[in-house]
Formats: sequence, structure tokens, C-alpha cells
Amino acid sequence: MNATTKIEPATAGLRVPRSRRPAWAVFGERAFEVLIHLCGFSAIIFVLGIFFFVSKEAFPVLGKAGFHLSQFLFSDQWYPTSEVQKRYGVLAMIAGTFSVTGLAMVIAVPFGLGAAIYLSEFCGGKRRETLKIVIELLAAIPSVVWGFIGLTVMSRLIVKFTGAPVGVNVLNGGLILALMSVPIIVSIGEDALKAVPDSFREAAIALGATRWQLVWRVLLPAARNGLLAAVLLGVARGVGETMAVLMATGHAVHIPHSILDSVRTLTANIAAELGEASAGSDHYRVLFLTGVLLFALTFAVNLTADLIIRGIRKK
Amino acid sequence: MKRFTRYSSILNSAASLAALLGTAWALTGCHQGGNGGSGDAQKATIQNKGSDTMVNLAQAWAEEYKKAAPGVEVEVSGGGSGVGIAALVKGTIDIANASRNMKPDEIEQAKKNTGKEPKEIIVGYDALAIYVSKDNPLNEITLDQIAQIYVEGGTITKWSDLGVKLPNTTDDEIVRVSRQSNSGTYEFLREHVLNKKDFKLGSRDMNGSKEVVELVASTPTAIGYSGMGYATPAVKMLKVKKTASDPAFEPNVANTLSKAYPIARSLQVYTLGEPQGAVKAYIDWILSDAGQKVVEATGYVPLPATARAKP
Repeated sequence: MNATTKIEPATAGLRVPRSRRPAWAVFGERAFEVLIHLCGFSAIIFVLGIFFFVSKEAFPVLGKAGFHLSQFLFSDQWYPTSEVQKRYGVLAMIAGTFSVTGLAMVIAVPFGLGAAIYLSEFCGGKRRETLKIVIELLAAIPSVVWGFIGLTVMSRLIVKFTGAPVGVNVLNGGLILALMSVPIIVSIGEDALKAVPDSFREAAIALGATRWQLVWRVLLPAARNGLLAAVLLGVARGVGETMAVLMATGHAVHIPHSILDSVRTLTANIAAELGEASAGSDHYRVLFLTGVLLFALTFAVNLTADLIIRGIRKK
Repeated sequence: MKRFTRYSSILNSAASLAALLGTAWALTGCHQGGNGGSGDAQKATIQNKGSDTMVNLAQAWAEEYKKAAPGVEVEVSGGGSGVGIAALVKGTIDIANASRNMKPDEIEQAKKNTGKEPKEIIVGYDALAIYVSKDNPLNEITLDQIAQIYVEGGTITKWSDLGVKLPNTTDDEIVRVSRQSNSGTYEFLREHVLNKKDFKLGSRDMNGSKEVVELVASTPTAIGYSGMGYATPAVKMLKVKKTASDPAFEPNVANTLSKAYPIARSLQVYTLGEPQGAVKAYIDWILSDAGQKVVEATGYVPLPATARAKP
């Protein structure tokens, strides 16, 4: 540090370079290190913080008379503002969330993974670049725009081709969510396939494998963790998506019997009703409890995925 | 090393810029919050929120008022009567629009939170219209039939229950289009048609008056309810009668003012305490001929001449 004020002559030799840095630069670097550490830990702090505050708003309702946890989870009677008898059952919305997300994944996973394989293995040069840009554009469309497409364009098409009485239903929501999660699955899936070392490909080709054998027997097993992560991020997007499903699913409290039935999802219900619920009321707390439920659901999905990946690794 | 120092200096300036912006933001934020519509002579902002039935009307007022009083900015948002009233109770807005009356417990809460009594001002009327697709052969409906369609345990679920055969479709089931529970329109129907009983589950609950009409327009088997101001050529408004033996009335201006149409209602705004300053000027303008002309232009029923404010 003594050298910060005065530059010593070159004859001073090798002792100099390290200490030549001004004090504030050294300090700045330290500060940056601390900052980066904080960024790393912030994720944990945020997750715990969110869970804490959501739970804090939700849990007082658990002991209240007239509220039963079993009714909350296993009843489809959702009458939060009833003047006769208030009932808080979210079963229909759980069914709604699962049916829409499930359908979306059935459509999005094959398309997404197929596109990822095509992009990374079968397509080269300019075409790949163009496709990637277009797919990234698809990911950049705001969800409210998707919802609008669902409400206006898609609902008419569904009525026309399926004969459903109403176009806003599980099918509509599922298609919209699939379109929204495909870009995520494609870009993460493609990265996962790209991360497989080229030596694997060279080895397979050298052994006389066809392209199909290469993909099926070498690349997919080698990239499975990344591909699973891609699919799960797509699922997470589906479970958490609010605006688009609010507009496209019809928002009806109803356990669906077919994909042409209207449903309401957990997220859409919170979005539509939290604004009116006066802070501290039972309705308000039950909506926060729905938030805790969503949190638990996504946590369970992530945990299962983690366990599956570990299981695969051990084999 | 050189690059590092340059990087730092950029960061330094960025940090100071951010600090500056932060301060500016805080200052303007404070300014707006403290103003509260009480009358900054140069530039006043009035926060207006609530009923989705009235959101088009409120926006038209705000635009028209800009011409009358260029210094006043009226910020309008919808969300539903319940949302507007909840915001008024919290004291975050100046005027709440509502297509239903404030409930006693909401008034209590507003008093407790803000120390002021909410003041109700009727600004116009609306006939709650029952919409069906324009090809639907049904023309009239009784209040009891509406109730049986919408109420929990109601007996009417099919169009044939109403004696109607829909053209161009084999579907017979009535698709009920409703509103989400923070809607004043929803509460109005529940109170005045369903006798405070609950709605049948499984209705499509739209989060806007306009969406109700749009969905009814695109669904031949649908029935829906919404403000009369949202009528379009693609839908039909049913004539409503009190009981089967009463005459049926069309939802229009004359029938609403004469109270012949059975489900007419008042549209109101709420302020905390007596309106003052810019807010008072705005509400006075709404109650004047100029403001009432806007009510008529957006498809609602203006106040009769005797109830208007004289300029």
C-alpha cells in the first residue's frame, strides 16, 4: 500500500506491480466480492422471506371457526362472499390448475424436445440462427397478449372445430400455456444437448451409428438432466402462469369432465379476487393460504425432480 | 488494471445517477401522495378507481374534463366496485366508482381507517341488461326465471326449460356468464334478483363488463348480465318483467327513469368526507349538464334535469 502515492523507478524490480494498485481499487474489488456473495445468498433470503410473509398472512385463518382445512382442500364449494354461508373450497381450482398444466405439458414436451433436438442436431448455420431468434421472440410475448389471443382468436377456432359451446376452456388454456412454455423447453433443452461433448458424437458416428441412433442412444441419455430441467421449468411456468389462463380458461368454478369444460386455476383465482378482499378478512387469508398451497405444489414438483435426477445419477 | 479502474468509474457514476433518480422518485412520490386532490392550484391529480360497469364512463368523463379544466389530471382504473371501495377504505384513492351501495361494514372500516365518513353521490343510472346472443329467439324473461338460471339449486339449466329452441345448434344447455365476486353488478344481481342467495357454481366468471358481452356474442347458448352501456349489435337485450303476468320492459332511458324496468340501479361515486378542492370541482362538473351529457353518450341514463348541479 505504501507505493500508492509514488511510482518507483523501474530499477526497483519485481517487488512493485502488485502493490501499485490504488487503495480504492483494492477496496472496490473487495466490495464486489461481498456484493457477489450477497447476490448468491439473496435467493435463499428471498425464498424464505416470501414464504414467511405469505404464511404470516395465511395462517391465522387456520384456527378460525367456520374454516376447516379438509373443506379447503377437498370441497369444490367456493363461496367467499356468500351472505348465506361462506364456504372456502379450492378443490375445483386444484383440478383446474392440474388439468390445464397437464394438457399443456402433453402438448409442449414432445414439441419442445423435438424442436430442441432438431435445432441442435439436424439443422445448421443460418437456418438455426433464424429459428433461434424466432423462438426467443416467442418467449418474449407478454402473457396478457397470449391471454388475449386465447380469448379472441383461439376461442373462435375451438368453437368452430370442436363444436364446444364455449371457446374458453381447458383446451384453450392448455394450448396457450403450451405455446408459452415451448420456447423455454426449446432453449434450455437445446443448451443441454449442446453441452454434450462432441467426442460423444464423434465416437457414435465412428462406430457407425445413424443419426437417429446417435440422438436416441447417446445424446438423450447424456443430456437427460438438462432436458428434465427444461421440462420442469416449463411445468413451473404452466403452474405459475396467471394472466393468460385467467383470460383463456373461462374462469368457472367447476371440476372439468372433459377438455372442453371451463375451469378456474388457483393463480387466476388469487389474481381476480385479492384486490377486493379487505386486508385481514377470512377471504383475504384464504387467498393467501391458496398461495401457500401453490408454493407447496411447486416445491413438491421441484423436489420430485431433484430426487429423480439423483436417482438417475446413482444408476 | 486499467480496464478495472475505468469500469469502477463508470460504476461510480452509475451509482450516483441511480441515487439521484431514487431521490427524484421519492420526491415526486411524496408530492403526489400528499396532494390527495386537495387542490394544488397548478396541477392536481385525482385518483379514481372502481366499478367496471362505470370504467368507460369514468374514462370519458376524465377525457372530457381535461378540456374543461386542463390543469387537472384524472387517473381512472377499473377492477370492480369492490376493488374501488377497498382502495377508498385504505385511503389510497380520491374517488371510488361503485355500481352497488357501500355496505355498513365497509363504511365502518373506512371510518376506522381514515377517520372520515364516506360520502355517496349518485351520478347516473343503469339498467342491468340481460344479454343473449342475437340469434336467440327468446325476447322476454321474468325475474324468477333469471333467478332460477343463476341461483344455487335453481331449476332452469336448459333452454328448453324456457320453451326456447335455439337455431343452428344442437346444444340445449344454458351457458351462464357471470362476473367475479368483486363486481358490483354481481352483488346487485345477487341482492335484487337472487334474494341474497348464492350463485350456482360453474358459471363463466368474467372480470369485466365488456368481456361478458363479448362472450355472450360469440356463444349462441349463453346468457349474461352487464350494464346497458355495453350493448353491441352482436347481442340482444331481453325485455324483463317482474312476474309472468306483468308487462315486459325494455332496458332504455325512459323505462329506467320511470323505474318500470325492474332491475335498474343507480351508479354512484364515493369520496372520503365532503369532497373538497379539485375533487369537489370535478364532481360538480360530473353532476352538471356537461358531465351528464357524457353519461348519455356512453349508453347510460343521466340524472333527470332537476337533480343536476347548476353551474
